Amino acid sequence: MIWLGIETANAPLSVAIVNENKVLAEVVQNIKLTHSVGAMPAIEEVIKKAGLLPADIEAIAVSEGPGSYTGVRIGVTLAKTFAWSLKKPLVGVSSLKVLAANASTSNYAICSLIDARRQNVYAAVYESGSLNTVIEDYHDHIDGLLQKLQQLNRPILFIGSDVEIYFEKIQHELGDLAIRAPYTMDLPRASELVALAQQMPLPAIGAVHEFVPQYRRIAEAEANWIKEQKKEQH
Amino acid sequence: MDNYILAIETSCDETAAAIIKNGTEIISNVVSSQIDSHKRFGGVVPEIASRHHVEQVTIVLEEALNQANMEPKDLTAVAVTEGPGLVGALLIGINAAKAFAFIHGLPLIGTHHIAGHIYANNLIQPMEFPLLALVVSGGHTELVLMREHGSFEVIGETRDDAAGEAYDKVARVLNMPYPGGPHIDRLAHEATEAVPFPRVWLEEGSYDFSFSGLKSAVINYKHNMDQRGEEIIPEKVAKGFQDSVVEVLTAKTLRAAREFHVKQVIAAGGVSANKGLRTALENAFKEEGIPFYVPPLKLCTDNAAMIGAAAYEMYQAGVRGNLAMNGRPGMELTSWK
Ligand SMILES: [Zn+2]
Repeated sequence: MIWLGIETANAPLSVAIVNENKVLAEVVQNIKLTHSVGAMPAIEEVIKKAGLLPADIEAIAVSEGPGSYTGVRIGVTLAKTFAWSLKKPLVGVSSLKVLAANASTSNYAICSLIDARRQNVYAAVYESGSLNTVIEDYHDHIDGLLQKLQQLNRPILFIGSDVEIYFEKIQHELGDLAIRAPYTMDLPRASELVALAQQMPLPAIGAVHEFVPQYRRIAEAEANWIKEQKKEQH
Repeated sequence: MDNYILAIETSCDETAAAIIKNGTEIISNVVSSQIDSHKRFGGVVPEIASRHHVEQVTIVLEEALNQANMEPKDLTAVAVTEGPGLVGALLIGINAAKAFAFIHGLPLIGTHHIAGHIYANNLIQPMEFPLLALVVSGGHTELVLMREHGSFEVIGETRDDAAGEAYDKVARVLNMPYPGGPHIDRLAHEATEAVPFPRVWLEEGSYDFSFSGLKSAVINYKHNMDQRGEEIIPEKVAKGFQDSVVEVLTAKTLRAAREFHVKQVIAAGGVSANKGLRTALENAFKEEGIPFYVPPLKLCTDNAAMIGAAAYEMYQAGVRGNLAMNGRPGMELTSWK
C-alpha cells in the first residue's frame, strides 16, 4: 500500500511517500516558510521523486494536532482533499506521538513537547519501543506537567524543538532524570507518521468528511463566551 | 469546447463551492453558512470561521460536483479566492483548491474576492463597459471603474469603516442581533420620521466614503437621549442612519457614472441586498437613463459562483496560479489585463 504522510502541525514541515515498509521519498525541513506556501510543492516533489502519480496514492496519514491551529488545518485540509478526491482512507495521528516516534528505540520514557505559548505546553509521555501512552496528551501550564513527570520518578527523554524554551526549568525540577534528545531527533518525520498510521485500523472512506483536527483547546472567543455565560448565571 | 470552472470561496464565514459554465452559467452553487455559529459573538470570529471551513470544505466540494452531476475530469480549471479576507479562512479554500488542482491535473486560478462580487453580475446579464460597480459589504465600500474585462480602477473607497460594518455597529446600539444590516433596513422601512444625522461628503470631487463619523453620531444621539432619560425610537434612528448612508452612496455613484460616461452601473456585495439602497439606486439611474443592476440576494452575499465567473475571464486572459499560492488577506484589486 502506498501512503502519503503530511505533517504540518508545527513550524517544521515533513511529507513522505511510503510503500509498505519502504520510505520512497521524504522531505523534512524547518525553515522560515509558511506551510501554505511550502506544503503543496513539497507533496508534489515527493510524489514525483517516487516516480508516482497522485492517483497511485492508496492511503493518507496526517498529523492531526495538537500544534499551531493554522498549521494543523493546512495539513488536515490537504489530507482531506487528497482522501476525498482519491476516495482513499485518511488516518490521523497525534503530532506528539509522531515526534516521540523519532526516539522509539531510546532506553527512557519519551516526553514530546510543543510550546503553546504563555508557559503552556502540549506534551505527552510514551514508553520507548511500544510507544504506549504513559501520560495522555497534556495541555496546560508547564508546572503542572513537571509535577506529573516528577511523580513518574524515572528518566525521561525530552524531544522537540520547543524543549529548548523550557529545558532549564525542566532540569531544575527533574535534575538528572531529565535527558535532552539529540537535536537531530527534534523534527517530526512524515515517514514515522505513516508507520504509526499503518498500525491503526483504516477508517471507512466515507468518514473523511467528518475528519477534524485535534486542537486540544477550544477557541479563545468560545472560552470567553462560556465564562461570560457562567458569570451571568451567578 | 465548453469551459467548466470549479470555484471555491472561504474568505470569511461562508464555505462555498460552485461550478460555472463558460463564465456565465451556474451549474451548481453550494454555500454552507456559519452565521448561526457567529451570532452569539456579535460578529465573525476568525478562529471559529477557520474551524468551520476545515469541517465543511470537502462536503461543499462534493455537493457542487454532485449537483452538477459532474466528475473532476469534466472540469477545465479550479478557481479559489486568494484574498482579501481572513487569512486563516482563506488558507482552507486555497489549500483545498491546490490539492484538488494538483490531483486532477487542472490549472489553478487565484481570484480577488471583490472582482468576484462584481462578476456576479455576469451571471445575470453580460457586463458592458465602461462599467461602474458600487461594492458594499461588511468589509468593503468601493467604487470601481472597469473599462474592459479584467481592468479595475478603484476610484473611491472608504477611509474608515465599511458600510456593512457601520450597519452592524449601529444595529448593536439599537440592540439588534448580528448581522445587523437586514434589521436596520426593516426598521427604517417601518419609520415615517427620521432622526437627522449628518451626511459625510469629504472634499469636493472625492469619491471616497467615511462612515465612522455617522456611526459616532448615532452613538452620541443614543447617549444623550439616555442621559436625558428619554427612550429612543429605534425605527427613527434606523431611518436616519440608513437615509444618510444611502444618500451619500447614491449621490457619489451617480456623479461617478456621469463623469466616466459608463454604459452600466452595478451594485455588488452583501449590503447591495439592502432594500433602501437598492430602491434609491434604481430610481436614480432610471431617471438618469443608465442601466442599473443588482444580482439576486444569493449572489450578493459571499458565494463561489461569483469567483467562478471572474475566474473564467482570468482563465481566458491566461492568468494561472501555482502550488505555492498563499492567502493574501490584504490583496489589492489590480487588473489582470
Ligand atoms: Zn464578500
